[in-house]
This record gives sequence, C-alpha cells and structure tokens, in this order.
Amino acid sequence: MWNSLLTPEFYNSILRATTPILFATLASGVAAKSGICNMALEGILLFSALFGVIFSSVTHSFLLGILLTMVVGGCIGLFMAFFILNMKTDEILAAIAINLIATGGTVLLLLAFSGDRGSSTSITNVSAPVLVIPFIQDIPFIGKILSGQNVLTYLALIMVVVMHLFIYKTPLGLKIRAVGENKNAAESVGISSRKIQYISLVLSGVLCSLGGYFLSGGYMNMFTKDMSAGKGFIALAASSMGGDTPIGGFLVSMLFGAAQAFANMMQLTTIPVELIQMIPYLTTLIGLAIFSYIVMKRKAKLSGK
Amino acid sequence: MANEIVLEMKHIMKIYSNGVVANEDVSLELDKGEIHALLGENGAGKSTLMKVLFGIETPDEGQIIMNGQEVTIKSPQDAISKGIGMVHQHFMLVPSLTVAENIILGVEPKKGVFIDMKKAVDEARKIAEKYNFDLDVTAKVEEIPVGIKQKVEILKALYRGADILILDEPTAVLTPQETDELFIQLEKLRKDGHTIIFISHKLDEIKKICNRATIMRNGKSMGTYNVSEISTDDMSKLMVGRDVVLKFEKKPIELKNVMMKVRDLTVYNSQGVLKVDSLSFDIKGGEILGIAGVEGNGQSELIDTLTGINKKYTGEVDIKGEDTRKKSIHDIRNLKLAHIPEDRMVSGCASNLNILENMFSNQYQQPDYSGKVMLKGKVIQKRSEDLIKEYLVKCNSYKQNVGMLSGGNIQKVIVAREFSTGPDIIIANQPTRGIDVGAASFIRQRLLEFRDAGCAVLLISADLNEIFSLSDRLAVMYKGKFSGLFTDVGQVSEETLGQYMLGLKHDEELGGVIYE
Amino acid sequence: MNSAKRFEIFRMFFSIVIALLVSFVLIFLVSKQPVEAIVTLITGPFKSKRNLANVVESMIPLIFTGTGVCIMFSANQINLAGEGAFHLGGLVASVCALQLGLPAGVSPVVALCLAALAGALFTAIPAFLKIKTSSSELVSSLMLNYLSLWFCTFILMHYICDPQVGAASFKLPAESELITLLSGTRIHLGLFIALAVAVFGYVFLYKTRMGYELRLTGENENFAKYSGVNIVKVILVSQLVGGMIAGLGGGVEILSPIYNRFSWTSLLGYGWDAIIICTLAKKNPIYTPLAALFLAYLRTGASIMSRSTDVTLEIVQITQGVIILLAVAEQFLSKTKHKMIAREAKASLKEEEAA
Repeated sequence: MWNSLLTPEFYNSILRATTPILFATLASGVAAKSGICNMALEGILLFSALFGVIFSSVTHSFLLGILLTMVVGGCIGLFMAFFILNMKTDEILAAIAINLIATGGTVLLLLAFSGDRGSSTSITNVSAPVLVIPFIQDIPFIGKILSGQNVLTYLALIMVVVMHLFIYKTPLGLKIRAVGENKNAAESVGISSRKIQYISLVLSGVLCSLGGYFLSGGYMNMFTKDMSAGKGFIALAASSMGGDTPIGGFLVSMLFGAAQAFANMMQLTTIPVELIQMIPYLTTLIGLAIFSYIVMKRKAKLSGK
Repeated sequence: MANEIVLEMKHIMKIYSNGVVANEDVSLELDKGEIHALLGENGAGKSTLMKVLFGIETPDEGQIIMNGQEVTIKSPQDAISKGIGMVHQHFMLVPSLTVAENIILGVEPKKGVFIDMKKAVDEARKIAEKYNFDLDVTAKVEEIPVGIKQKVEILKALYRGADILILDEPTAVLTPQETDELFIQLEKLRKDGHTIIFISHKLDEIKKICNRATIMRNGKSMGTYNVSEISTDDMSKLMVGRDVVLKFEKKPIELKNVMMKVRDLTVYNSQGVLKVDSLSFDIKGGEILGIAGVEGNGQSELIDTLTGINKKYTGEVDIKGEDTRKKSIHDIRNLKLAHIPEDRMVSGCASNLNILENMFSNQYQQPDYSGKVMLKGKVIQKRSEDLIKEYLVKCNSYKQNVGMLSGGNIQKVIVAREFSTGPDIIIANQPTRGIDVGAASFIRQRLLEFRDAGCAVLLISADLNEIFSLSDRLAVMYKGKFSGLFTDVGQVSEETLGQYMLGLKHDEELGGVIYE
Repeated sequence: MNSAKRFEIFRMFFSIVIALLVSFVLIFLVSKQPVEAIVTLITGPFKSKRNLANVVESMIPLIFTGTGVCIMFSANQINLAGEGAFHLGGLVASVCALQLGLPAGVSPVVALCLAALAGALFTAIPAFLKIKTSSSELVSSLMLNYLSLWFCTFILMHYICDPQVGAASFKLPAESELITLLSGTRIHLGLFIALAVAVFGYVFLYKTRMGYELRLTGENENFAKYSGVNIVKVILVSQLVGGMIAGLGGGVEILSPIYNRFSWTSLLGYGWDAIIICTLAKKNPIYTPLAALFLAYLRTGASIMSRSTDVTLEIVQITQGVIILLAVAEQFLSKTKHKMIAREAKASLKEEEAA
C-alpha cells in the first residue's frame, strides 16, 4: 500500500480531493478579510451541490448549470449578509440557521423536484468535464498529476492567483482589507462597510458554490443528502490556519486534501472504514491545534522579552 | 466673506436606544472661514452632535441647513460628498496599510482593474506638500508616531475636498510642540477658506485659536459666544453650571506602614514595546500618590501589573509585604486591594448583567455572601439595595441592567462595589472620567475619606484639577518612567507639571519616591 | 417588567409566527395537498394519545442538549460538540448495558453515569485545546462531532454489532431500560431526569458561585478577569458540565423504551437543535422545557404530516433556521423597540421636569 503513495495517481487524487475544500477555503478567506466568519459554507456547499445537479439536468449544460449554481451561491451569501449586517443577527447563529435550512431544504427540494429521497438517483446531471492538457500530459509523472483533472480543479488553482491579486492589488481588495481590519476607519472615509461586507459575503457564496458544484458534478456524479460532510467546516479551519490569505489557504487545504485522498486510498486496505473516515477530521483537528499553538507561542515571545 | 453662513443645525434632538437623551434642542451656526469651538465637559453631547452632522447618527428631530438649503445626511459618504470631513478622537486609520494607502482609501487611482500605486504615492505626496505637512507617505501607519497619524487624518479629509473640518479633541494626544504645529496648520487652513469645528474642553486652546464658541452642557446648548468677548471663567461656568469645588478639605497626613512596594518594574506590551521602564516606588497607608502623565506613557501597563492582570514583568511588586508574582488576581484582591479600572465598559462592568450582579463580582466568594457552592441570594440583594442608596445610584431597581444606566451611575456602581469591601489599598485609574460633576465630587470625597482612614491610594488621572487637589505626593509618568516627583503638591504649577508630562523636564534623582 | 423585556418576548413570539408562515408558504409550493398538510402539522399531535405522548418523548433529548448548550453559551464558549457528546453518551450507555451485565436498577444508573462522564470528557477536548493551544473551540468542536460519529460507528460495527440485524447492536437488556411512566406510551423516567437537569442548570447558573463566574465571563471576559475570576477554570468547567449533560442525554435516550438497540449511524442533530432551544430560552435552562415542548410539538406534527401527506419532515429544519435568524436579529422590529424606549424616556423627562 505504501508504494501507492509514490504513484502519480495518488497526487492526482490529492488535487481532486482538495478542489472542494480549496474553493470553500478561498470563500472563507475573502469573508474573513472583510471581518466576518462565514460558518455557513457548509450549508452553501450543500445547497449548491443540489442546485448544480438540478440546473445542469434542466439546462443539459455544464456551463449554464454552473453559472446558475453560482447565482444561487451568491444569493445565499446575500441572504446571510442581510441578516448579519441589516438585522444584526450574530454571525455564528446566522450560519447555524443557514446550515439547518440547507440540511432540511435540500432534502425537501430534491423530493419536490424529482421525487427522490436522499440521493438524486433519477436525475441525469451534467458533470464538469475533465481536461487533458496537451504537452503537459506527456511529461512523465508530473503530466499524470497535472493533466486530466476536472476543469473545476484547474479553476480552483487559477482562483488562488486571481483572489490573491484581487485582495492585494485592486481597489475593492484594499477596501475589503480596510473594513476587516478597522471598520471605523473605512467608514470614516465614506466606504460603506456594509456594502463591502455584502460584496465579500456574496463573493464568498459564489466561490463556495463552485466547490459545491464539484461535489455533485465532478467528485461524485449525483447529489446525496448531507454530502458536504463537514468540508465547509474543514475549510474554515484551513483558511484561518492559512492566515486567511489565498496562498496560505491553498497550502493548508492541500494538506487536508491529502488527508482525504489518503483516506480514500486506505479504503482499499483491510483497515476498518470507520477509522479511515476519521482521518480528514483528525488531521484538521491536530493541524489546527499545532497551528494555534505556534501562533500563541510567537505572540508570547514578542511580549515576553 | 464675513458672516456668510455655511452650515446651520437647528433644534437637534437625539435619544439613544438605551434611553439617554444626548442632544436636546441643540442649534449650531457656522460662518465661512471661522474656527468654531464646540465646548463642553465629557458627555455633554458634543460628540453626538458631530456624529449627527457627519451622518453616523440619525437625529430624532431637527434639521441641517447647508448654504441655505435643507439637507439630510444619512451616512459619512453623504457628509464627505457635501464637503464635510471629520478627524476623530480615536484615529480612523488602518494600521497595516501605508500612509498613502490610507489617504487614497476609498478614492483609489486606478490602472486597469488594479490600483495605480505609483500615482497614489505621488498624489499623497502632492497634497502633503500643498498643505506643508512633512511626512513619509510610504511608511506603514502602525510604525509612525501619533502626531503624524493625526496629520494623515487631516490629509485624508482634505484629499476628499473637505471645506468643513470637524476636529474631535485633536490635542488630547499631542505634545505641546505638536499642538503648536497643529494650530499653525489650522490657521493656514482657515485662511484658505476652510471652516473648522474644534471640539475641546481646554479653554486656553480655545482662547488661542477659535473665533467663536458654542458651549454645551448636559445635552443642551448654552449659547454661542465670540471668544474674544467672553472670559475663561465665564466659559467654565457655562460649561459646568456651578463653580466646581476644586479645594477639598484635606486633613493633615498621617502615614502608616508601606502598603505597596514596587522595585525595578519593567513591562513590555504584547507588541514587544517597552512600556514600564525599571520603575520603583512605595505607597504608605494614609496617603494618596497621584500619577499624572499623557495617556499611553505606561500607566495602563503599570496598573495591569500591580493588579495582577499582567504577569509578564521583571522586577518586584509587594503588597503588604507579600510578593505578588505568584499570586492570581483573586489572591491579590484578597489582600484587600480595590481597583477602579480605566475604562468602565471594557473591564469595569458587564452591561448585560443587572446592578446586583455587577456589585458583587469582587466579593461573591466572601463567606458573608456565599457558602462553598451556593450564593446567599437574600443577603446579596439586601446589601445591593443598601449600596444603591448609600452611593446614590439612580436606577429603577437592582434588577436593571447596568448598560441602561448613565455613565456616572455606572461608575457609582463600580465604586460602590470596590469601596464596599473595606479596602486597604485603592488603585483608582481615571475614577471620574466622563461623568457628571456631582458624581465626580462624590467619588473624590470618598477617596479622601479612605485616605484619612489609613488606606493607601494610587490615583491615576488625566484631570489635573483632580490630581492636584487630591494627591499627597505627585509623580509624573513619561515613557515608562517617573520624570518627576513632587512631595509638596501645592507648590507645583500646572506649567511645570506640563513640562514634566511632555518630557521637557526630567529629574534624574527622584527624592522621596521610596521610603527607606 | 420593563419595556425592554416585554419587547423581547414580543419579538420571540413574532419570530415564531413568521417562521411558521414561511413554512406554510413552502408547503404550498411543494405540496399537492397543502391545506391538509398544514392542518395535520398543527393539529396532528392532538389527534391521539400516542401522538401527544410522542411530543413529550421527543422533548426529552432536546431538554438535555438545550441545557448543555445554555451552560456553555452562558460562558460564551461556542462549543458545538454537544452533538458528538450526545452520540457518544448513547454508545457508552449501550456498551455498559450490554457488557456489564448489572442487575435492574443498578444497570441504568451506572450506564448513565458513565455516559455523562464520557460526554463531559468529550466536550472538554475543545476546552483543553483552547487552554493549551488557544485554538478556537468552535472549529475543533465541529471536527470532533465527526470523530465521535465515526468512532461510535466503529465500535458499533466491530464490537457490539448483531450480525443478524446489520447496522445495529445486540438487543439492550431489559434490566437497563428506563421505566415507562404512563402505560400505553413510551414516556419514560428520562422526562424527570430531563426536568431535573433543567432545574439543575438553572440553579447552577443563577444560584451558585461557579455559575455566577460563568455568566460574568460570558458577558465580559475582561471584567471577569479583573474581578479575579479564574477564566481557565470557567472555560473548562462550563464545557465539562455542558458535555456531561449532553452525554447523559444521549444515554437516557438510548436506554429509553424508544430504542431497543444502539443503531445510530449518522449524527442525529440534537446538538444543532440545542442551539434553537438555547436561543428561545434566552440561555436560561429553566425555560428549556418550554422551548423543547414547542420544538417537539412541531417535530411531532411534522412527522405525522410526513406520514400522511407528501411533505417531508425536513421542513421543520427550515422553520428552526428561520426562527433562529429572526429571534437573535437585534434589528428585527427595532423601530418598534426604539419607539417604546423613546416613549418611556420622554415620559420620565417630563416627570423630572414636573418634580
């Protein structure tokens, strides 16, 4: 079994497993930069996984399907922003509410749409296509890792760069950072922090919905009840461990993706499946603890001269 | 140009959601090209009025008229677009961004979809030069001194084309040199045709640069006066309503044992900046040691260390002869130490808990008020009702949440709590900040009574009147050290004290800070 | 009662009404027999003694997790591991019942004690991590829920699984079952335990020294620290007690007449339900039975509805979500609140002038 850790297929599967977490991590990052902890990622993943299936089956098109799913993701972000910013609902409780609505709502919707209970067996959805990249696929080892991935996996990697430029080089990115770091300062120069946080949350919703689409149309080929399985929460941890920056979040989500890929591979062994299922969560828990410990020590060092 | 009215606020009424009436029928009129003082004690409603003008708060009644037309200002954006700029008391800057980024924030020059950083730096430089502000626009804001930060704030407003500039207590954080420099710049701006609202409670500054002054008291306007035609005495009378008793009846000092002994205390803050620099002093029972100083010179860190909140220090802190290094906050309080914290809302109370619950946070573990497990509800209730009466706390009942009370009454709750334990040592950090005159004088009187009863009092205050009239010994804190110590407080003039506070004077040898 | 408190109750009530209306609209959208569905949802629980008993039965676990969350949230410890603690409590009680072979009377007591202990230790993990590494209890508790699920499933499948049934344990012995209080129903002793826990939670939070320390810390940690409260102790105790109650709840539930085998292979969601119970009870455990009654009623109605019409049970989760959103929305109906308070302030101004 350990030999398979060295095969390109394993690294290929790491990228696959990382994709949904990475989208959600980027989503968490942009919300966090504007000063909001978006714990509703779990619910957004779930909703967009379902809507991805529904929209792509209705439109018979991957492109239309994913665009409409992104609209749904944005709408959930908008909804959340309305409650947090206008109605002054606590952000954690608002997220819990949205996650609850997602758990119940997806089942209800699926049933109303197709009559399926629990999983979308009777819906023919359109998955995101797999891309074979010429030239790169011919490079030994590396080619097998980088080529032949899902188009959304490539998009996720591109989004890391795009989000980095967006946050650090554009006017809107500057405003988002200003609002997140000192809301009053941003307000005092006429930036509406509410508007900026609205934008961040909508953007967060859209990014996350891409991950949701991938779950049901890429990673798997159908929607099943509760299929997000805590990936939104893992992303929350990944983002905060990456300092809420796109690059940092990318690196950490790769780690968690690797844990997931490792778990998937272990399923072929005789080790009980239940124990294997624990790997991604355990990795996250331990990773979070170590990371927080390092940050704490660094702070203590600074003040304890 | 004279007497051209640029802005009028008429009959402004503002009630906060906790029921506090912050502005009651306040009117204000601004002439073009004047520096107009808005004068009043802390909590008189100045800031609220300005928040209304700047669109941060919506008034319940009243109107705002600009250049003859009624306007509604719904948000700071609105205010900025109408040519109003505000420099807040607490700086509104983003620490991790550069000066230039802070200046252009919200109105960024663009190159394609990206920020044109080169142009941003050029423009920031240009405007700084135009108004003669000497600063490095590429420095990060977290790394520049306060005086420069304020300049950045003013530049920010000017960059956005502000004609009316609101300055909220701009000199509170400045050194005298920085203040002088600021005044020169304000004068220049005024000549340029800018109108400035100068919020302050420092009469000499108002005399120095303001044309007119509107005086506020208790949320009401006491009228607008030409500064040249009104004396400082009259201004202060209008401000406080009655002549403040500055002289307290002080009994002759009767020194007891040393209650608190501090040796070579050194503290760094969480950013690793040296805040308290090998400080040594003693306090004996029966005396009040006052510490004066501009805020941020290590007073907060000193207090946090003395009370056990901060444990990272070198040196020695003894209370009643016991080293407190290994003692928890709770242990230190058990040595009969009372502490009135600097900011009552941050660490002095829990605003969502009721008066009773706030009055017992320091003594619920005493056998009078609880057994091993359970609280003695009836005793606590009776005691808190007594304390409310004794300390004249204005409230409906002990069940009222502390957050619903006025600042002065919240402070009384805190003082009642701290004083009712029969302390041997009192650490009073800004005990009367931002509260009404009556409550302040009540608290000061209490502090003196405790001194007379043999209690050691450490008083830290930004209010010079308070510190002059209460202290038996007076130390001045500057950059983490005592720059001076006066054993004969009556002989020290405010001017001398100011020089020590601002580091212009500095005594190497401090006589009388330690009892041998 | 002052106007602020009156307003809070009014707003809570209004949130519930709106949430129900939202659900009704949804039912109209998805159902072919909406009127029937709504009528069943509302009147269903009253239709039979069994249905009414169902309401009471399903209140029980909600009171447990709700009280646990009230205690942790009162100390401002946003630990969501109540879900996992409940699950683990169920497993531990089952294992005890199956393996220890204790006589009736003793068996449930021992099983429940161990379940509570397991729950306490479980929710203490985030507390421990927070104290030792300053990692957020929120995220770590979320991860722990999944760990609990898979751990319990592992034990179930590999140690106590009845091969003849599949994904369920051997039959729990009769000695360990909690006695039924009302014949013909499954209302069991657990109800009294739950009510006792709610009272305990109230007394603990509002009448004891420790509870006072918890609430001080929850409302303003700086203030608590300044007052000499040991924050580390509060973090640990609040989560130990909260988890203990959740674990006990899991044990009570699995030993009740409702279950005769341990068969939980997915998270049951009582940890999330606890959030709404806590919200409705305004963090005061004494109100959790009332909040649980409301939710249990809704659940039972929905369950009857899902059996007799084409609307699924999951509609309740949406209702719950909407209630949480509105009930904690400070700005919801804030204009009404401001008017009420401004009126009072103006009145007292006049009084003062008159005096």
